[in-house]
Amino acid sequence: MTVPVDGTIRALALGAALLAAASFWLPDWVIFLATLIIAKALVVLGLLILWRAGLMSFGQALFYGVGAYAVGLAQLAFGLRDAFLLVLIGIVLAAAVAFVLGFLLARYRDIFFAMLSLAFSMILYGTLVKSATLGSTDGFAILQPRFLGLAPAGPAAKHDLFLLTLCLAAASAYLTHRYLGSPLGALTTAIRDNEIRVEYLGYSVERAIHVSYVIAAALAGAGGALVALAVGHIDPDATYWTSSGEFVFVTILSGAGSVLAPFIGSALFELLRAYAADYAPYSWQMILGFCLLLLILFLPQGVWSLVARLAPHRSRRTAAP
Amino acid sequence: MTALLEVISLNKAFGSVVAANDVTVTVADGERIGIIGANGAGKTSFVNMVTGYLKPSSGTIAFLGRDITKLPPRAVIAAGISRSFQVPQIFTSVTVADNLLIALGVAEGGAFPLWRKLRRPARLAAVAALLERFGIGAYRDQPAGLLPQGVRKLLDIAMATVRAPRLLLLDEPTSGISAEEKFAIMDVVMGAVDGARRAVMFVEHDLDIIARYATRVLAFAEGTIIAQGAPEAVIGDAQVKRYILGESPPLSRAAAAPP
Repeated sequence: MTVPVDGTIRALALGAALLAAASFWLPDWVIFLATLIIAKALVVLGLLILWRAGLMSFGQALFYGVGAYAVGLAQLAFGLRDAFLLVLIGIVLAAAVAFVLGFLLARYRDIFFAMLSLAFSMILYGTLVKSATLGSTDGFAILQPRFLGLAPAGPAAKHDLFLLTLCLAAASAYLTHRYLGSPLGALTTAIRDNEIRVEYLGYSVERAIHVSYVIAAALAGAGGALVALAVGHIDPDATYWTSSGEFVFVTILSGAGSVLAPFIGSALFELLRAYAADYAPYSWQMILGFCLLLLILFLPQGVWSLVARLAPHRSRRTAAP
Repeated sequence: MTALLEVISLNKAFGSVVAANDVTVTVADGERIGIIGANGAGKTSFVNMVTGYLKPSSGTIAFLGRDITKLPPRAVIAAGISRSFQVPQIFTSVTVADNLLIALGVAEGGAFPLWRKLRRPARLAAVAALLERFGIGAYRDQPAGLLPQGVRKLLDIAMATVRAPRLLLLDEPTSGISAEEKFAIMDVVMGAVDGARRAVMFVEHDLDIIARYATRVLAFAEGTIIAQGAPEAVIGDAQVKRYILGESPPLSRAAAAPP
């Protein structure tokens, strides 16, 4: 057995470099859209880890929302403006919340895991809606961030945020890839296959799920913080269950075959939504619904299975990349 | 003789079904113990209690002088006891090699840092050695879910040995395997786990296998050990013949028959 050359890391580095270079010529609205796509793909990247263990969180908007509100609150309460610091706070807070909730959630599987995570996200939504100091249903505005002491304005600020998002996403995808290829990360598929064997190998299934859950939350927190900075506004809708549902949709659309899949899936989803909304402004959700139906029927492994088919020598192994 | 495993007065009942009734067993290093008994006699329950899956209602289990009665399976495994299963417990969606790789990754311990590589050259070499030792190298890249039953069994047992356990419990290693293959599989298993400081207990129905591989036999019936000792002695025991082998004398069979 030889250690295969890792095509994922090469593709990741190449893709990130190309996007970074292209961003200097792309129009502002594309930069803005790409920032959203990549930031939301981070949430999906986290769901991918859980999905490998056979778990689907229908409440990932909880951590997405925690990341976004962490940015707003850090600005309001402490006057923090640095984008790096704000995103870091979002990540740490989301991970901390997941660390606590994980003690409970790691005991549940299947629909119980999904519904319990949904319940927690709706608790946050309810709290935000009722909280006048946090702007209730209107939310509040996020100030333009600074980047290591620099305070760019207008399109330059959007471009800097895009580069930050891109770097963070590339680093996250790389680290997630490494995690999935580690002894503990490989246990995700093992847990989906056979929990009894994992216990009898001597590892706690609950602890393995707990670790994955915290990592997924940290990624969702990063996504939420970046979207908040990009949009310049946050409101409780970010934590509503339709927001969670969207992440689940994109996870299924993407497939769990590779850490690159969420980025492709997220881009496809935004395109799909844009065209669907343009074509049928009042019934675009129906188009999304039909797409999901077709996807489950004909591409149950997500769009990544198409990519994997194009490059079979690279991605045949789905267990432990 | 050092006692590896000391089980004292184990009791367990599921409602009115007695799974263990005052079971006391001592296992020494290097022993090969065959466990026989009819279905429902408490053989698997015994294995489940020793490995922490079932908690006994009373009694103690000590391993290397340490009380392990209340430990969960993963702590029992860490203490040095491993087991295989009657129905192989393997990771069906990944290849045979990856099953062993994952098992070795866990066995070597320590999950941190989280980006430590699973596919390290040394570990891949260990996988190759295991495949060779268990004679399943030809199936290396096959998904484990598509394996023939005999190979599944061997993979399951191979995964149980990755921690180099001092005591290995095999629950019916040859069940579901054709008569011609049984000896070959037991040769592979016993060869692979051979070593002076290691004991093996295996649940088995085939008396030829028991006679060939066991140094001592425990006979279970209704949760009790009704006979134990050298294989020939136990197989020849009158109670064993009656309860386990079904060779009841004509008179008692007539008496037991419903009117």
